[in-house]
Order: sequence, then structure tokens, then C-alpha cells
Amino acid sequence: MTECTAITYTAKDYKSEVKPVWCPGCGDYAVLSSITKAFADLNLEPHNTAVISGIGCSSRIPAYTNCYGFHTIHGRSLVVATGLKLARPDLTVLVAGGDGDGFSIGGNHFLHSCRRNVDMTYVVMDNRVYGMTKGQPSPTTEADWDASAMAPPGGTGLTPFNPLAIALSAGANFVARAFAGDPNGTAALIAEGIRHPGFSFIAVMSPCVTFREEQRDWKNVVRKTETAPATDASEAAKRLLQDDGYNIGVLYKGDRRSYKPVTGTGKTVADLDAQFAL
Amino acid sequence: MTAANMLLDAAADAGYYALFGRSAGPQIRGGEAAALVRLSSEPVTSVDDTTEILLAIDWQNVHRFAAELPLDAKCVIITDPTQGDVPEVMAKSGARIVELPMKDLAKEIPGGRPNMIALGAICQLIGLPIDTVTEVLGKSLKKKRADAYEASVAAVKKGAEAAGSMGTTKRLPPVSDKPLRWSITGNEGAGLGAVRGGVTFCAAYPITPATEILEWLTGALPKIGGTFVQAEDELASINMCVGASFGGAPSITATSGPGLALMTEALGMSLASETPVVVVDVQRGGPSTGIPTKSEQSDLNIALYGMHGDAPHLVVAPNSIGDCIFTTQWAVNLAETLQAPCIVLSEQSLGQSRGIIPAPADVAFTGKRSIAQSPAEGETFKRYALTNTGVSPMPVPGTPGCQYTADGLEHTETGLPSSQAGDHFAQTDKRLRKLTGHEYGDHWATVEGEGELAVITWGSSTGAAREAVERARADGIKAKLISLRLLAPSRPEAMGKALAGVKKALVVEMSQTGQFHKYLRAEYDLPETQLLNRAGPLPFRPHEIHSRLLAMGGK
Ligand SMILES: Cc1ncc(C[n+]2csc(CCOP(=O)(O)OP(=O)(O)O)c2C)c(N)n1
Ligand code: SF4
Ligand SMILES: [Mg+2]
Repeated sequence: MTECTAITYTAKDYKSEVKPVWCPGCGDYAVLSSITKAFADLNLEPHNTAVISGIGCSSRIPAYTNCYGFHTIHGRSLVVATGLKLARPDLTVLVAGGDGDGFSIGGNHFLHSCRRNVDMTYVVMDNRVYGMTKGQPSPTTEADWDASAMAPPGGTGLTPFNPLAIALSAGANFVARAFAGDPNGTAALIAEGIRHPGFSFIAVMSPCVTFREEQRDWKNVVRKTETAPATDASEAAKRLLQDDGYNIGVLYKGDRRSYKPVTGTGKTVADLDAQFAL
Repeated sequence: MTAANMLLDAAADAGYYALFGRSAGPQIRGGEAAALVRLSSEPVTSVDDTTEILLAIDWQNVHRFAAELPLDAKCVIITDPTQGDVPEVMAKSGARIVELPMKDLAKEIPGGRPNMIALGAICQLIGLPIDTVTEVLGKSLKKKRADAYEASVAAVKKGAEAAGSMGTTKRLPPVSDKPLRWSITGNEGAGLGAVRGGVTFCAAYPITPATEILEWLTGALPKIGGTFVQAEDELASINMCVGASFGGAPSITATSGPGLALMTEALGMSLASETPVVVVDVQRGGPSTGIPTKSEQSDLNIALYGMHGDAPHLVVAPNSIGDCIFTTQWAVNLAETLQAPCIVLSEQSLGQSRGIIPAPADVAFTGKRSIAQSPAEGETFKRYALTNTGVSPMPVPGTPGCQYTADGLEHTETGLPSSQAGDHFAQTDKRLRKLTGHEYGDHWATVEGEGELAVITWGSSTGAAREAVERARADGIKAKLISLRLLAPSRPEAMGKALAGVKKALVVEMSQTGQFHKYLRAEYDLPETQLLNRAGPLPFRPHEIHSRLLAMGGK
């Protein structure tokens, strides 16, 4: 993370002129604002910040920012970001995407990114549906949801993933839940995640008003957690057992050392030749 | 294997060149294995027609190797009488059979081992001074284990003595001077070529027969300030490389066919977003998991055509162990200069074989990644500007004013997603012409000799083709060798020149379906052409190509 003292940035400085493709009322607008607000709160330099995403409605975000961006392929945002961060530890790297992108096609990378604990922040706009492909159930969709022509009658019958539990057990160093309807709260959680070393995971409940109209009601059921973040993973796990999915706030803040590959003993390529010469 | 390695080291010390391949069964460790060694006073890039000396310490599971060990009446088979009869598949060649009781002789020396008896016997037979062997033993054993050293020297000497009564075999010609040579495998060479080309980042997932590239880079990259990561799978490794490259670090990954199959979507992203990356595919027998430990030239199609969409990219192939160094370095240079993915098609038989080769030259290429600088006040940076060459300057993140979003979606010059026909025409044209318009120089192929006959080949088949062409020349048939190093984009003009005056061509490739031949026919104007092809893993022997050339030349 590069702090800049010469210029003070505002959220507007991180927004590009590109008009989002999102439906009116989509939760992702608010998440975009929260991300740019978090960047401004941390006064990150846009040119030293990178936003990496996969594919989906939510994954459109990079082009809507004024940072370096990579709109990669479906499910691969975390690994592109990992390569970038390992090659360029000086940059602030934020990864953004959807529940399908991150937990289904990119599920393996999600596990290993938590485990690797590279210093970056992963914001998932979880709308419990595949928005971009028009309404199929995702790994976080409720078992009985069948309000779409794309879902089997009576729902999939499959228990949804609990992404926070997975992140916690796989080793993420910061685990939080946010709600798009509370943009300031979300911005604060994202900023805290960026500041926290290691892999930070923030699941943002971001309504898909087109395919999950009922998610408009989320604003009536979410509540801010009163308890301070757990610093002990087993304590956090216990809280998750009682969690109904609507508690907003930081669940867990760990102190695992973030991953840094071995580098640098100052040899030259010519030194490497020597081992082959007879 | 230990004895073969020592034979190789001794021959290297004495001034010879060598090619050392190994054939092992599917076992993870131990089990039967054959060491295939060819020594010469001249550089060697091919296996020979037959095996001159076959020494069997035992005959366990020899049927697994029989096809890889061609024998004839001129060969000598050295066998240990305590290990049973020479198997019929071997004996029927008519080879001379000589007995050497390696087990029993070794027992006469406290701590003596049969493989050292074997080593001594072979050195004696081919005329490699025993001193060079004992010196090699000294280097590897003397300090660590003096008793093992004494026992090994005694065993080598005993083996040499026993070989005195075995009659004559072909001996190595004496060498007077010791040219500058390297001992290297193709996989180590690919690793070295990568760092010579400027690679500072590698993410990879282990796979036979590419693992040694990763093994070498794991040690080498940190030494020069670079980064190596073992990824969770090939989807991760290629995408990490693209991410690192986006960040400004020239990146490489290495894999084999199954891994390349997983990587194709990300290669398309590298291509569309113009983020350079290099993938080395050390080919194994395919399809599917195929034969992981053996060679084939059958990933050409996936390398050329594996990506969806119109996807112009770079494909190169080394044609010898030493060329793995050059071609991988070149691949990095091309990928970086042209901001495109480059696939290096190596092969198991290059990657996992060791060569004593002429010391490779230090090559420096002039091109490099064109780096964008901050635009002037009030100007907008265009990441995908339509330049004359088609290459547009690429910024390193951190450069103020050059922020852009790299995208696999089709885009405008500034990089914004676009589904408009005009943008698609302009950008697809840009991505094609930057490759076709590039000056690749003489590196596109290895072209040797002149004549009305040509052998057109690629990769590991080149060594045998070279020897066949030389033999044909000795028979009065003028033939030339054209071995393609640049497979994509094609070079019709350069090929036209190489084929000037050629009336007939023989295409040689290790692919059952003739992938290379079909590719040549699609991309090039060819003279009357014949095809010599088959599935792997048996390498072409020079005489197979030679006899076809004789027939084509009317002899
Ligand atoms: C390899 C591949 N498979 C399938 C798709 C089609 N696809 C695009 S987005 C998407 C689902 C996105 O869902 P999610 O990540 O939840 O994002 P949302 O649109 O809900 O924000 C799918 C299946 C694709 N682009 N690439
Ligand atoms: S489909 Fe849903 S997720 Fe996609 S833009 Fe519309 S509201 Fe948002
Ligand atoms: Mg979704």
C-alpha cells in the first residue's frame, strides 16, 4: 500500500467515465462507491492500485475505476491478482467478483488464496445467483429457490456454501460480511481489509434486483454485529455456527504472516551458466 | 543410471560429446531402467541406427525396453551368466554374446558393486582411459566415502581387466584438444533460456516430463531476484504468470499436454489483452494422460489451433538439447517484444536427455517490451493504439496517467469493452499484423545443405534427419535439411527461399495423424512431398530417413 502525502484523493478520483452496464437498482453500484470511498479513505494513489476481476455483472468493476485493472476470465481473478501481487508487492491489489465466479468456477483458487494468504483484499458481491447469464442458481443460492425459469422446480435441493466458514477454515487472515445497502459501512470494512495484512475476504450481500427481487428486503433483516472481531479462529467458528447470514461486520482478524516467496541473493544470469560448463 | 552418469562424466572429461537418454518404466522410484548413451568426437544430436554394445546388469522386464534397443549382428551383448539367458527378443538379432559375471566379480571386492564392474568393462571396450573414470569416482566419492571410493576403483579396474578378453568392438576415436563444452539437459536448457531472456517470474504445477524445468527455476530464480511459485493447478499457474506479466515481470510456465489443455483459455486472455507470457510444453505421448515418460510430436495441433476465436500467437520449437536454451530465450524475447503468448514445443526426448554439447553462444536479442511513459498533460493514454507495427506501448502499473483495464473482452484503442464491428476489425487486424509483420530473421528455421531433395522436419526428429542428409550426401545425393523453429506465424517467403530448387521433399514427424504435414500443406507451397511419420515414442533412426532419401533420389 502506498500512502501519498502530496495529494489528497476523493472517491471521485477513483471513478472512470465509463457508464456501468448494470440494471437500475443493482447492489453493485453501491459496492463500486464503497470501493472508491475506501481507496479515498486510505488515500491510495490510483496508479499504484490495481483492481482485478473475473467474469460476471459484478466483475465489470475494474473499468469503472480509474486504477490499473484486469477484467480477466471467469473464475481466475484471484490467481491473476496473486501473480501481480507477488511480482509487484508495492501495489495495492483488490480483487472483485461474484459468487459464481469466486465459489463455483473459481472455487479452488478461493481455497488456495485463503491458504496462501498473499496480502490482498477479495470483495465478493454475493447475490446468490448468476446475474450475467440470467438467473441460474449459484453455490450460495438457497436450496429451495425456484423463482427463475433457470432453476429446477422446488429448487436445487443443495445446501448453499457458507463462504465465510470456508474462508476461515482455509486460512484467510481477515473475514467480514458487508451489505451493499450500507455503503459507508461497506467502505469501512473494505478499508479495514486492505489495511489488514494477508488475505482479506469480504462477502458483500449485493442484491440482484432483476433475478432476485426479494433481496430488496435484505435491508430489513441485516444487523450490525455488536461483538468485536474474533482473533481466535475457533471463537470465530463458534460464532459462525450461530450466524443466520445477516450479521454485518468483521468476524475474524488473524495474525498469520502473509506469503512472500523466497527471493534475492544477487546472482547474475552469467553465474547460472557456470554450473553447466565443463 | 549411476554407472551411466559416470561414463558420461568420464567421456566429458576426456573431451568427447555425448547424448544420454534414459528409458524408465512407470515406477516412481527404482525398478528397471535403461541408460542409452552415444559418445562421439563430434557433436551428437541423434540416436544411432543400432546399439553397438548392450550391457545388461540383469534382464528384469527387458521386454519393456526391447523396442527401444535395436540390435543387429554387429552388436555385442554383455550378459551376466548368473542372471539367466539372454532373452529371445535380443538373441535373435544375431548379436555376439559375451559373458561377464558382474555379480560374482563384484563379490570378490569388499563393498564392490556389479555396476562398477560394468563401467570398467565398457570403458575398456570403447577405449576410454580408466584414469578418467577413477578421477570421476574421486570427485563424487573420495571425500565423502573413502571406502566406497576404494571399492569402486577396484571394481572398475576388475571390470576393465575382464573386458580384455572380450574381443574387439568399435572404439572411440582419440581426441586431441578438448573443445569448450557444456553438460546440460533440455529441461535445464529451457530454464536457462528463460532467465537469459529476462524472465523473473514463474508459476507452475508439476507434471512429467516438464518437472525438471520447474526444479531448475525454483533454485535459479530466487538467486537472480526473481520469484517462483508452485500453483494449485495449471489454471492458476498460467493466470499467475499473466498477472505477473501485467505487473511488468517477464513470465514463464512449463507443462506437458494435459496442462497445456487446461491453459488454453488463459492463453486467449493473454492474447486478447496483449499481455505477454511464455508456456513451455514438454510433449509426452498423447492423447489424454498418454505416456508421461516418453516422447511424441503430437501437441502441434493444440499449440497451433487450441484457442477459440481468431487467435494469432507464437509457437516455436527447439530442435536439439542445446537449442532448448536458444529457443526458449528467443520465445521470451518474441513474447515480450510482440506482447503475445508464445508456446515453446519441447519434447520429452529433448527435455529429459542430457547432452555434452558445444558451449552455447551468449545470444543477445535487440527487441524488448515497449514500455509506455506517462502521457502529456491533457492527453489520454491509449493502451491499444493502432500503431504501424501493431505493437502499442504497454505501461507498468505504477506509471501515473497510464491506468487502463486489461481485458479479454474486445475493446477500443483505450481499452474499453466494445462489441462494435469496427473495433473488432481494427483490433483483430492489429493483433495479427504485429506478428506477421515482425522480422524473425534466420531463426525461423535451421536450414543446412543444398540440393533438389529436402527433409522438412521439426523438433527432436531433426537430429536423425541431419544424419540421414549427411549420409545421403556421402552417397552422392544432394539433400538439404529444413527444420522449422518458428511454427507460428508461418513464414511463406522464407520457406519459398529455402525451397528454391527443391524438387521433392520428405516430411518427417513423430505424429500418427501427420499433424506437421497437414500444417505444412495448409501454410506453404510445397514441392512433391512424401511423408515419413508414426506415433511416438520410438525415435527416428537415421537409416530410416536415409533409405527414404535414397529411394527418392533414385538410388
Ligand atoms: C469459462 C466460462 N464459462 C461460463 C461463462 C459464462 N458466465 C459468465 S458470468 C457467469 C456467472 C456469473 O455469476 P456471478 O459470478 O455470481 O456474477 P454476477 O453476474 O451474479 O455478478 C457465467 C456462468 C464464462 N464467461 N466463461
Ligand atoms: S442482473 Fe442482477 S446482478 Fe446483474 S446487473 Fe442486473 S441486478 Fe445487477
Ligand atoms: Mg452472482
